[in-house]
Amino acid sequence: MSFDLNFIGILIGAIMASSVPLILAASGELITERSGVLNLGVEGMMIIGAISGFALMVVTDNLFLAVIGSMLSGLIISLIFGLLTQSLLTNHVATGLALTIFGIGMSAMIGKNFVGIPGKEFPLLFLNLKESIPFLGPIFFGHSIILYFAFVLPFLTNYFLKKTKTGLIIRAVGDSPTSASNQGINVTLVRYSCILYGGAMCGLAGAYLSLIYTPQWIENMTGGRGWIALALVVFATWSPIKVLIGALIFGGITILQLHMQAVGLRIPVQLLSALPYIMTIIVLVVISRDSRKIKLNTPTSLGQIFYKEK
Amino acid sequence: MYKLFLRSLISVLFLLGFGLNANAEFKVGFVYVGPTGDHGWTYQHHEGRNAVEALGIKTTYVESVPEGADAERVIRQLAQSGHDLIFTTSFGYMDPTNKVAKDFPNVKFEHATGYKREHSNVSTYSARFYEGRTLLGHMAGKMTKTNTIGYIASFPIPEVIRGINAMTLAAQKVNPNIKTKIVWVFTWYDPGKESEAAQALIDQGADIIMQHTDSTAPVQVAEKAGVWSFGQASDMQRFAPKSILTSIIDDWAPYYVERSIAARDGTWKQQDTWHGLKEGMVAMAPYNSAMGGDLIKEVEQLQKDLASGKAHSFTGPIYDQKGNILVAEGAVADDGMLAGMNVYVKGVEGDIPQ
Repeated sequence: MSFDLNFIGILIGAIMASSVPLILAASGELITERSGVLNLGVEGMMIIGAISGFALMVVTDNLFLAVIGSMLSGLIISLIFGLLTQSLLTNHVATGLALTIFGIGMSAMIGKNFVGIPGKEFPLLFLNLKESIPFLGPIFFGHSIILYFAFVLPFLTNYFLKKTKTGLIIRAVGDSPTSASNQGINVTLVRYSCILYGGAMCGLAGAYLSLIYTPQWIENMTGGRGWIALALVVFATWSPIKVLIGALIFGGITILQLHMQAVGLRIPVQLLSALPYIMTIIVLVVISRDSRKIKLNTPTSLGQIFYKEK
Repeated sequence: MYKLFLRSLISVLFLLGFGLNANAEFKVGFVYVGPTGDHGWTYQHHEGRNAVEALGIKTTYVESVPEGADAERVIRQLAQSGHDLIFTTSFGYMDPTNKVAKDFPNVKFEHATGYKREHSNVSTYSARFYEGRTLLGHMAGKMTKTNTIGYIASFPIPEVIRGINAMTLAAQKVNPNIKTKIVWVFTWYDPGKESEAAQALIDQGADIIMQHTDSTAPVQVAEKAGVWSFGQASDMQRFAPKSILTSIIDDWAPYYVERSIAARDGTWKQQDTWHGLKEGMVAMAPYNSAMGGDLIKEVEQLQKDLASGKAHSFTGPIYDQKGNILVAEGAVADDGMLAGMNVYVKGVEGDIPQ
């Protein structure tokens, strides 16, 4: 392996790019779960976002509209989940699973007409700085605006949950919907908002895949990333910063193991392929060992249906 | 959990869809490993199915069927629901196909790229993709500046290893300094993973990207990075117009038509088909003019020679990685050796995953 500094910079840049969809989807799902709602439909919302973004890009030829549209479509599909779980009080787990199956099927159906159309170049920022500064250039510059957003988002989410009143309300609703309701908080409204926000972020994560990362529409192109994002939220014990760390480790080892193969290191390839999953879990479990903090962060009413007493 | 749901959903749909009209007219079933929209492997099989359908023969297909337990269920359901001929179009369907064939002696089975014909109603068929790989190797050896060829491999099976070897031998012939770097992704189809693999190879200095996976993601990464690439299974030119030098095209349609008609008319017999450039089961997409006229002429000549039998992809002397002789000077590898190929030839780096 060549160990020049610039190469390592390029590598880190590639790792950051690969972790973006995980960060976006997991940050969205984190807010949803913090309000006590378990939405297993992340994969479905992501794939819907991916096809909507791509389809809009083809039809309108406008990337801005495509990105906004993908978020809207993620929002709309999560609204279905909201209606079912919050208004019709269906089981969160079953509804979320159904949402994923629905999303995959639906996206394949819409996507039939968009298969085989090459994508459009998404503008990357500060390309000249990327070339001119060794090592730091490829790390900090030459990315899409969505990547920068994704890397700021966990910090914003952390601040929002910990320091703002709205964040406090969301946590209260997630921990004890009954007490929150008795305080005059509209639990259903809060949960609806959190579900919609999660949907929009998953839609954006999907659009990142179909517009920037592999700019084309391919059936099932999310490839299980939604499930990984879901797992990240749990293993990061509902902490936005740890979600970011987990996503970077996962993306990092995925990319590194490919490089190790290309260099011809004599490590069993099957082990290398499993490494991202194993390492991410180990690291997150280790850094989240403080049981007091786990208790503090875990939304106690997660996945439970809330009946408002009349 | 999610898989379980999907499986039960598929089973229910099957029972509803086909259970009712069993034993009616002549029907052909197809089992695909990827989605019909992959624009690679499955897409080409689907084109073959379309050709059969165009004859007025009824066909059914099931796409994205994982290799393994699910496959047997799907094949069995197709057999149970009155299909007379079933094409199973991926290597991993080999054992399930033979297992189901035993229980349905009146149904004919055609398994792609496998070698097991345990019952008289199972035929196997494949294409000599390696002939195409030889052409790719020739072009790669001539076009590379870094002498590094990046190869995205799926699973360590003879078909994939054969392709790596054929390509490397041909590239060495025109450029003794080339190195083949291989990344195993352990999937036939995962655009995200395939593009990460392509990017890793490019970052490691490869200026030629080749794939034995089914999506168009690697050629798009190559296009963006400004390196050369080759399309797989289908003409992928429009996904990477500057980067693609050519694509290996699998043309299953004539075979599917021939076998479907034979099965319908009762003349179907068990056989093992292995067709290549000569019969047209392997074809090459138009060559990229960026290669220059001279190289294109060379490659076209080599293509003719491979088709006529004047040239062979595995002509001796061929050595394995340790330097043991595999094929003697002047001899060519026989089909038995090709079908079971499980060692790298000299010049390929790394080990085959076990």
